[in-house]
Amino acid sequence: MKRVYLDHIAGTPIRPEVLEAMLPFLQDKYGNAQSLHREGQEAAAALEEAREKVASLIGCQPAEIYFMSSGSEANNFAIKGLALARKDKGRHLVVSAIEHQSVLHAAKFLEKLGFETTLVPVDRFGKVDPEDVRRSLRRDTVLVSVMLANSEVGTIQPVKEIAAVCRENNIPVHTDAVAACGNIKVDVNELGVDALSLAGHQFYGPKGAAALFLRKGTRILPLIDGGIQEGGRRAGTEDVAAIVGLGKAAEIARREMDTWAAALRPLRDYLLRELPARIPHVIVTGHPQDRLPHHASFCVEFIEGEAMLLNLDMKGFAASSGSACTSRALKASHVLLAMGLDHAIAQGSIVFSLVNGVTQEDIDALLAVFPPVVERLRKMSPLYTQFLEGKKA
Amino acid sequence: MIYSEKVMEHFQNPRNVGVIKDADGVGEVGNPVCGDMMTFYIKVKDNRLVDVKFQTFGCGAAIAVSSMVSEMAIGKTLEEALKITNDMIAEELGGLPKNKLHCSNLGADALHAAIMDYKRKQEERKAAGEKEEKGKEEAPTAEEAACCCPYCEGPLEGLENYCTQCQVELVECPRCHHYTKKGEATCANCGAELAG
Repeated sequence: MKRVYLDHIAGTPIRPEVLEAMLPFLQDKYGNAQSLHREGQEAAAALEEAREKVASLIGCQPAEIYFMSSGSEANNFAIKGLALARKDKGRHLVVSAIEHQSVLHAAKFLEKLGFETTLVPVDRFGKVDPEDVRRSLRRDTVLVSVMLANSEVGTIQPVKEIAAVCRENNIPVHTDAVAACGNIKVDVNELGVDALSLAGHQFYGPKGAAALFLRKGTRILPLIDGGIQEGGRRAGTEDVAAIVGLGKAAEIARREMDTWAAALRPLRDYLLRELPARIPHVIVTGHPQDRLPHHASFCVEFIEGEAMLLNLDMKGFAASSGSACTSRALKASHVLLAMGLDHAIAQGSIVFSLVNGVTQEDIDALLAVFPPVVERLRKMSPLYTQFLEGKKA
Repeated sequence: MIYSEKVMEHFQNPRNVGVIKDADGVGEVGNPVCGDMMTFYIKVKDNRLVDVKFQTFGCGAAIAVSSMVSEMAIGKTLEEALKITNDMIAEELGGLPKNKLHCSNLGADALHAAIMDYKRKQEERKAAGEKEEKGKEEAPTAEEAACCCPYCEGPLEGLENYCTQCQVELVECPRCHHYTKKGEATCANCGAELAG
């Protein structure tokens, strides 16, 4: 059976050129980048080349790029490292209510050390109002973090305006750009942020390769102490192959992302339009315009996300959901709840995120397969029966 | 795949889905906040479950559990059916992932609730027949009392007065043996006063 992969947000396929660039560093080029011999220097040179490529993807200096093992590590490093470096100035953080758990839980960790966090709300499209950020600032605020794009609902945040508010108040600002970077144009100077997280598996690079941009002169405390790798800010032997893959993916994304977006956006728009037209009681989640070009997300009323995913998987489609049952923590998506959706509706979350190569035929096949799946599950659902009876009465 | 073959088979071909319009007993448990909701309908003849149907809002495990419970229950006497436990259901399904075990609790609870509903209706009928107006406010029996968290329906493993899922401390009601969040003045199930 043909598989149609619609789970970009969980991780993209690897581009063949990326794999090709990585392979030598898993085979003959095994040197440790910290070694002075030829093998080591070969690895060190490859790291610096990757650093330049990642830097040019987001318009910063290569020296402002720190390689990390994941987007979560980059977010943890930014939140904990920046806040702890400024703890003498104050102990107040501002983050949005729909941040990734790696930001929210890092903030929770800091709360145990005496920090306070203000969660900035979002509107029903999942958007933060920069004025809400302004209102939440205090004299002792030491860090603001608002994501560039949300992976569950695709909404792109007004980070530029938020950063301007922070700049006026002389507060450093971090943005989690993991879902955005490599898919839409990201320029750290245009955004005006001091720190930014990105990860390779969101733009056809390998998993386990990510980076934190940190503006020159920004103080940060390391999470991992040890050797002098990454300027002493992130100890540990570098995963040279993964970083080379990240560099290659950044180089390709910089060149091709406009072409990718131009191909995926019409398909996404088609899906956003057609799914609610073909299935009653389906809500589009996230912002109608300001959203990632590959991202279509919905809530299907009266049924639960995991049951939909299992059915779609059996029919050859890979998608994802923010329902409580799909999360191991069994908690409904904090993103959808923050947008004001109730628990029952949030449970019906389903996300289709397109990758390069998906065709109109694939989307049409999905649109043919999905309605009967929904109908079957609704027939089993007591909520749907209640709804129908309510309508009769 | 996170589920056993048996779970997937029941999920794909659930038995006994539906509503019994003139059911002798109906049991509804769960709510969308914790993810799953099940409604069981039963028909009883000569103290035996002659028909069981269900509707479920929930994940693959919740649907498979409902289907399995219905299959296990049909043909059993009420007493036998009340002895169906969450462990038996999970075992019949070839096991469930740890974080889905609460679905099997929910399945057993929904079936038992339908049976208790039937029994209550029988008693009411009997009472009406005898035209006896005894002030009826019996405490629910201990069998009815759930051994799971009333807020998330998760199992209370080991530490009976603490739900690890919701991270709340619980107190047991001396009257009906249901659990309620510590600090509440009355039992969330029967309304009895709680000590402390």
